[in-house]
Amino acid sequence: MFEQIIITIATAATPLLIAAIGELVVERSGVLNLGVEGMMIMGAVTGFAIAFTTGSPWLGLVAAIIVGALFSLLFAFLTLTLVTNQVATGLALTLLGLGLSGMIGESFTGLPGIKLPVLYIPFLSDLPFVGKLIFGQDPVFYLSIVLTGCVAWFLFRTRAGLTLRSVGDNHASAHALGINVIMIRYLAVMFGGACAGAAGGYLSLLYTPQWIENMTAGRGWIALALVVFASWRPWRVLAGAYLFGAVSIGQLHAQALGFGLPSQFLSSLPYLATIVVLVLISRNRRLTMINTPASLGRPFVPDR
Amino acid sequence: MKKTLLSMAVAAAALSLGTLAAEAKVKACFIYVGPIGDFGWSYQHHQGALEMQEALGGESEVELAYLESVPEGADSERALERFARSGCNIIFTTSFGYMDATNAIAGKFPDVKFEHATGYKREHPNVATYNSKFHEGRYVQGVIAANLSEAGVAGYIASFPIPEVVMGINAFLLGAQSVNPDFAVKVVWANTWFDPGKEADAAKALIDQGVDIITQHTDSTAPMQVAAERGIKAFGQASDMIKFGPETQLTSIIDDWGHYYTERVKAVIDGTWEQVDVWEGMAEEHVVMAEYTNMPDDVKAQAEKVEESIKSGAFDPFTGPVNKQDGSAWLAEGEVADPGVLLGMNFYVEGVDDTLPQ
Amino acid sequence: MRVELVKRPQHSALFSALSPFIALGLTLIAGAIMFSLLGKNPLDGLYYYFVDPLTGIWDPNNRWQLHELAIKAAPLILIAVGLSICFLSNNWNIGAEGQFIAGAMAGSLIPVVFPEFQFWLVLPLMLILGMAGGAAYASIPAFLKVRFNTNEILTSLMLVYVAQLFNDWLVRGPWRNPEGFSFPGTVRFHEYAIIPEIWPDGGRANWSIVLAIVAAIVMWFMLSRTLKGFEVKVIGQSPHAGRFAGFSTARMVFFAFLVSGALAGLAGIAEVAGPVEHLNEKISIGYGFTGIIVAFLGRLNPLGIVAAGLVLALTYLGGEAAQISMQVSDKTVRAFQGMLLFFVLACDTLIHYRVRLVGAAPKAPATGEAAGNV
Repeated sequence: MFEQIIITIATAATPLLIAAIGELVVERSGVLNLGVEGMMIMGAVTGFAIAFTTGSPWLGLVAAIIVGALFSLLFAFLTLTLVTNQVATGLALTLLGLGLSGMIGESFTGLPGIKLPVLYIPFLSDLPFVGKLIFGQDPVFYLSIVLTGCVAWFLFRTRAGLTLRSVGDNHASAHALGINVIMIRYLAVMFGGACAGAAGGYLSLLYTPQWIENMTAGRGWIALALVVFASWRPWRVLAGAYLFGAVSIGQLHAQALGFGLPSQFLSSLPYLATIVVLVLISRNRRLTMINTPASLGRPFVPDR
Repeated sequence: MKKTLLSMAVAAAALSLGTLAAEAKVKACFIYVGPIGDFGWSYQHHQGALEMQEALGGESEVELAYLESVPEGADSERALERFARSGCNIIFTTSFGYMDATNAIAGKFPDVKFEHATGYKREHPNVATYNSKFHEGRYVQGVIAANLSEAGVAGYIASFPIPEVVMGINAFLLGAQSVNPDFAVKVVWANTWFDPGKEADAAKALIDQGVDIITQHTDSTAPMQVAAERGIKAFGQASDMIKFGPETQLTSIIDDWGHYYTERVKAVIDGTWEQVDVWEGMAEEHVVMAEYTNMPDDVKAQAEKVEESIKSGAFDPFTGPVNKQDGSAWLAEGEVADPGVLLGMNFYVEGVDDTLPQ
Repeated sequence: MRVELVKRPQHSALFSALSPFIALGLTLIAGAIMFSLLGKNPLDGLYYYFVDPLTGIWDPNNRWQLHELAIKAAPLILIAVGLSICFLSNNWNIGAEGQFIAGAMAGSLIPVVFPEFQFWLVLPLMLILGMAGGAAYASIPAFLKVRFNTNEILTSLMLVYVAQLFNDWLVRGPWRNPEGFSFPGTVRFHEYAIIPEIWPDGGRANWSIVLAIVAAIVMWFMLSRTLKGFEVKVIGQSPHAGRFAGFSTARMVFFAFLVSGALAGLAGIAEVAGPVEHLNEKISIGYGFTGIIVAFLGRLNPLGIVAAGLVLALTYLGGEAAQISMQVSDKTVRAFQGMLLFFVLACDTLIHYRVRLVGAAPKAPATGEAAGNV
């Protein structure tokens, strides 16, 4: 039972983690994309549609990633090339995504989906306690952990990561150094879109293998909040996603055990917990300042 | 004066819609609280609307218009006014929250018929209310659950503490206790009608706490899929969810609004429409049980027998003796619950392991 | 070929005026294409979207739609005007939705808990309480930001969910209408607790639209004509310069959050004391988030926000007209709104920049007028 609960938490946390890691890279490059929910739902509908028509959930996942990235291009073109306001454009992207996905998904409503298989390694997966936890989860779970590691390594251990961060911290001087700010931001936004798409695909192919309108149900917003929560550090995003998942699942268990508290108070625990933890870790003003991309949300136009 | 305005509005609407629509005998309009793609509440209402159109002769006879995802606040009154002005003859408002708006607009448009689902206000002669006795199906589910559960505990994923949901939990438990007096129900409030992920999580939490049967009063098919994955049994909700759990679904309570819609729209065509307050169940096929599957024949026979006795009127799920949760007496031996009490139900019967938000 | 922007030496008055119309033109074209693809008559589609809701201007039979426009626009304008102060001063209040609910709850206190108070003072008190409730709720992220340096995007957003759940508990529990068959929702407010309609004969628009416009004018005046407005903009553009000028950033955080919270709270109580007439769990339908779009659509200028709020309200009304009359789905409506927003945002670029298409060769001759950005 215990290991099942952990797996449940992992399933709840994984889509948040993937989407948040993507958005983290976007924000590290100095762009604020509030359209995560919209890109996520586009990924969800594409993933389901392709998996259903081709019969391959893997193709579905790949398609979700591609469509997420393509959809984010729209945002990139508007905010980076036409320097529109990032906050408003992101919200408009969400609106468009919710509408478009509904139109695309109309014919897929009420059909059972195809689930991505979970990993099974003979012997290892059957080990007591740790078997299922370490060797028996869904493939995207492993990818999400690897992704977090890769992004952490990329941002802080590679030259390209340094470039990306410098673009986010001060685009004017990055530009002066000859860095192509706009191109880097385009790539970052598309990476974010791909991740949001993958997170959406996770929902419609693994979490709940089906397509229903609005099935993201606000998870894109939680992912956005997690990036801030993590003060733009990849491993903290992971911690945040699992904290949020754990409290969400925990409150359901508390209800099933019959604690006698109003369910609304239990349901609000994940949000309150997130605030409390963030207050605790953000008290160190200096550390937070270091990690916040200074150019976040600011438009940039190269003056040649 | 108002009448001329109205007929002008109707004429204008009819003109703009061209010749095809003008031929239809009646325009029936539906307002839904969710997307019609939710595969739950709004989906079933829309299926009922389509069934009605088909039954009454298709597009040439019945013009259908609908608005989906209409919030239950200030927007609903506007939507209804627009419907009334666009020439709708009968308007179905399919969520509780449309109650005040329905009555307000009905007062302004006395020639348009209004039908409000699940409400209790009929302030004007052109407002009817209708609802279904879903709890009859819940009782049958309880009977099945108590027969099949080895743990003696079922998990109940509930949406919001409104009378209908409370009624469902009580009926389910009473059905179960008729087989196994010690049967218990664990309730988890998802605080949503519709969030597949959260419903799935609730199902997992319940299973991890040892229940081996899941039933739900939320709209998505996610709990059914979780039950299928974990190899336990579950009941569907609102629609037949057998596709989501071919080896899992025991039965499902299907909301079948088609009969009612056909009957009422036909009454408008025939000029026989009258205000009613309808609360019908299995007998009238407003509530239909999906095929009993994945259970031994004797259980199936028992379920069918209970279903039959409810249908024939021989038995009511809320028949005494029944005690309230705190042990105080509610229904005496043989006493049947008053519909008014049921429609406002805000207490549990004895044996529910949960605190109802008061 | 690629697109290149050249910053104008000063913003173009011509394009300031023209860009909304260019955006409208582009939206009309794109909308026509979309309707054609869906197999609908594009002219009908555009008619229902943009003309039908406005026919009330000359056709008294349709005057009710103008009233509805006012009802839909009022909360959007109130919220967006408040948010403009936040965004201009670099305070990212994403939680207006929560402040909206807090205001609705606080203002409902009088008619729900003290229903026996029935005289003219009730409504003004409710409005004041609503503003106080919204402001108090907004002061939480402000306090956490100032005291603990906690990022306000996260706290204000999370508090939205908390407010929703708390309101849900309230209207199902202690504040539930005892005669409501146990359904969630408070008693209906008595007549002294309802905002009066302006012209009850024509439709149900109430004085909240007037409140919204007054709020916009006051804020516009404050921003453009007072020292406080100057402070908002200076701190927003450069906190360093602000500190240099002796402005306190901490005070500004509170000022911005309290003002925007109060206005969102006012919108909340105006909604429940207006068209809804009682407090229930469904009052939160995203005005706080749509308000963010309205704020930016109005270019963070309170007067522009009035126009933006009306335009967005128009798309809701038009969307419904199109749904009913042309059987296009609700999804099309949202996609269309998204498109409209994109075009409006993109066209505003023309105000500050000239757009040039540059050939394959990336090197274009320097124009010399490119002003440094940032």
